[in-house]
Amino acid sequence: MKVNSGETLVLLGRSGSGKTTLLRLINRMLAPSSGTVVVEGKSTMHWDAIQLRRHIGYVIQEAGLFPHFTVAENVALVPKLEKWDPARITERTDELLRIVGLDPKEFAHRRPAQLSGGQRQRVGVARALGADPSILLMDEPFGALDPVTRSELQREFSELARRLGKTIVFVTHDLREALLLASRIVLLENGRIVASAKPQEFLRIDHPEVRAFSASLQVAPGVQV
Amino acid sequence: MTPWTFMVTHRTEIWSATLDHVALVLIAMSIAIVIAVPLGMVIVQRPALRTFSLGLASVFQTIPSLALFGFLIPIPFIGGIGPRTAIVALVLYALLPILRNTYVGLTGIDPAVLEAAEAMGMTNTQILTRVRLPLALGIILAGIRTATVITIGVATIAAAIGAGGLGTFIFRGVAMVSDAVILAGAIPAAVLAILADIFLALIERRLRIQ
Repeated sequence: MKVNSGETLVLLGRSGSGKTTLLRLINRMLAPSSGTVVVEGKSTMHWDAIQLRRHIGYVIQEAGLFPHFTVAENVALVPKLEKWDPARITERTDELLRIVGLDPKEFAHRRPAQLSGGQRQRVGVARALGADPSILLMDEPFGALDPVTRSELQREFSELARRLGKTIVFVTHDLREALLLASRIVLLENGRIVASAKPQEFLRIDHPEVRAFSASLQVAPGVQV
Repeated sequence: MTPWTFMVTHRTEIWSATLDHVALVLIAMSIAIVIAVPLGMVIVQRPALRTFSLGLASVFQTIPSLALFGFLIPIPFIGGIGPRTAIVALVLYALLPILRNTYVGLTGIDPAVLEAAEAMGMTNTQILTRVRLPLALGIILAGIRTATVITIGVATIAAAIGAGGLGTFIFRGVAMVSDAVILAGAIPAAVLAILADIFLALIERRLRIQ
């Protein structure tokens, strides 16, 4: 499997299909038992794991923000680890909060506990973009949000992804989300790739697992969506 | 003689016993913290050492305090009569609450937070010092608080092996069958325990993350 620069690749599959494992192989949270994972022309095993991870943004469900840090400190995490100049960090933090739709004046000094689920996830995205990585890994980032907030964030994120031009690998079990965000969908079943297609063509693929996922889109007969 | 008049007439003696008592507790607690907190950090990564050290610290807690003081007397270097032996026993008693809370505090952190820390490229040392320790501080301090209150109480028994402190009055009072003399040791010890508890609770509240 190859991920092209600038595309949003969505890994779709049921729980346990190997999506997260695949994602974690990319930033070497897991080491491959066989085969190689190549990031920017170099096997992940030849990268320094710490450097590799600081080079790749990572967003997870529930955001995983540090509760003892303010919003600004959370967003500044990687720039601070990389010892950026403090003035540049502040500037970058404000810029990132604006990018994800949070007013720095209002939110920079709050703690994660003082945010809603949607706001926390916005901060999670801002933190992942901290040191301007060219690659972004996202593991069901919107999975824990209520459906209305989720779809708001999905729409905003798809806009953001287009604008930033990052290479994004996005894990989800939600076909609707995959169709909305992906430039390419890769379907996994029991650790194997069973389909790979653009969203426009994905539903036409003749494979039992694709049909199983399409069935998840169905609503009651007679109801118009 | 009422407890009150006894305490007034013996106030200098009680005061100096109180200071001895506080010194015993402070020295024992400092040593216990210096041992238990780093040990708690180490056992997060080492299950075998964890089982052993938590088990051993639990065993010390189950030995009746008077017996523990007695067991230590014949041991060379750390034993004998006097405050040194008492401090060793108090340290052994204080280890468990601090060790257990340090371990629980460091491991009871939201897995999503630790996953994010690792994925952002923090080294293990950075994760320990910037994420685990700050988040565990409130719980570690709760362990220190429990240990301090226990130590203030157990330290009264140290008088039995000649370590001084407020227990001196309690043992003397028991021998004289005098409530007044017992209370002259028991009341200041209780007040010390309450004050230490309140003081440490205040610090703990400031450190705990909502």
